[in-house]
Amino acid sequence: MEQGELIPHLFRTEFRKITAVLCKYFGIGYIETAEDIAGETFLAAIETWPYNGIPPNPAAWLYTVAKNKARNYIQRNKNFYEKVAVAIKDQSTESYEQEIDLSSQNINDSQLQMLFAICHPSISTESQIGLALRILCGFGIEEIANALLTNKETINKRLSRAKEKLRLEKVAIEFPPEKEISKRLEPVLTTIYLLYNEGYYSESQNSILREELCMEAMRLTLLLLENEKTNLPAVNALYALMCFHASRFPARKTNNGEIILYQRQDETLWDQELILKGAYYLKQATQGTVLSKYHIEAGIAWWHTNKADTKEKWENILQLYNQLLQLEYSPVAALNRTFALSKANGKKEAIAEAEKLQLTNNHYYYTLLGELYMESDGKKAKQYFEKAISLARTTADKQTILKKIDDL
Amino acid sequence: MEEYALIMRHQDGQKIASPEQMQIWMKQTMDWIGGIAAQNKFVSGTGLPFDNAKVVHSNGVITNGPFGDIKETIGGLITVRASSAEEAAEFAKGCPVLQGEGNTVEVRKIAKNDGVH
Repeated sequence: MEQGELIPHLFRTEFRKITAVLCKYFGIGYIETAEDIAGETFLAAIETWPYNGIPPNPAAWLYTVAKNKARNYIQRNKNFYEKVAVAIKDQSTESYEQEIDLSSQNINDSQLQMLFAICHPSISTESQIGLALRILCGFGIEEIANALLTNKETINKRLSRAKEKLRLEKVAIEFPPEKEISKRLEPVLTTIYLLYNEGYYSESQNSILREELCMEAMRLTLLLLENEKTNLPAVNALYALMCFHASRFPARKTNNGEIILYQRQDETLWDQELILKGAYYLKQATQGTVLSKYHIEAGIAWWHTNKADTKEKWENILQLYNQLLQLEYSPVAALNRTFALSKANGKKEAIAEAEKLQLTNNHYYYTLLGELYMESDGKKAKQYFEKAISLARTTADKQTILKKIDDL
Repeated sequence: MEEYALIMRHQDGQKIASPEQMQIWMKQTMDWIGGIAAQNKFVSGTGLPFDNAKVVHSNGVITNGPFGDIKETIGGLITVRASSAEEAAEFAKGCPVLQGEGNTVEVRKIAKNDGVH
């Protein structure tokens, strides 16, 4: 790898490891310190490598520099306490006596523990996603802003408020006790799930960045799966779900980045390896008695990996949506359920059910109604599509609906 | 928004249906409940299979089956959210149990723990 690519590459893989270990080492109140030290470490690499050449083991070099910088920081801090604030008698410096451990075991443990800490209920889900992207995925502030369709100031504010909150709450960076793991995993899985969805359904034009969000969500899930304490059925189900969706990445975009809807995708482009991987994890997920929403959604996604319209497929998808909605309502699930109903039980029944949903500020709702009427009443279908266009926010969405009007 | 129980009553629970018929009813019931859940009005539900049912009488005698001198029995119940008993009754109308002649769905408001009820 050329030097020009090496540092960004290492930044991607090593920044988050150094940050997580240092966060764990310093404690939740020092996230920013950890980020700064990790950042300065890379700065040192940029400043010296071009002159001294790339060290034989670049990652080890970074770890050594990070350790030294952390030690210097502690030393300065100690001096501060000893000289300026003797009266305070802060004991926290004592715990820094031990060595900073950048072994792969401690890196993994620290990242997992940080994942639990970040997904603390005291901060909002959007803050959790932002912090996860920053600390566990090593994203820059600008990248996070682009990925979440907002600006740098908003993200900066959001992250510093969240860090402050975690500090005030004195959130511990540790594994939850065995008995609590399932419960504490819930918000963790929610955050990872939303991070994935953010990438999968985002309106951002930057498709590389979007796929990267999905990959990061999958990486975090894998981190949970690799630890036997968190290798639980719901985590396997979530991973399966992500594999099934990710298998369609190569097929869901035109060359100019327009979204291709499921029905129009070229299924020969679907990644069979990921589908098989998903099936493996879904099988793993069925061990035990827990039926999470991820199990149901993975089941639905599995049925979608076979494009052929069979009665069996849509009947199964319908029943899975029936179950999912009983577990947790969402407008998307309600709309998808109604679509499955039209495939399994016919359009007439689906229209009657769709009209009861009354999701009148949702453009997908009118798109669905338009589709259901396409065969029986073209005029009505057109009216619904037009209503959908008036509610759609992005040009991509508007174009997709316009195409449907053309099909009439 | 209030919560209502929809109680499914079979006029004759001893009638035996074929497995195929049972499967059709099962699907219809799941679709009916799914339709309510799709409107975000489903709270909870439970089927009440007849197998292994017992009836405890006031004299302490326990008999098998839900059927005593009368054949009428309860087949299941679901709880829904609705703004009125009328809306809850609309949900009840779609219940597949009503396809059986003489069967009924009883709509009952769930008492709140507010000290009034």
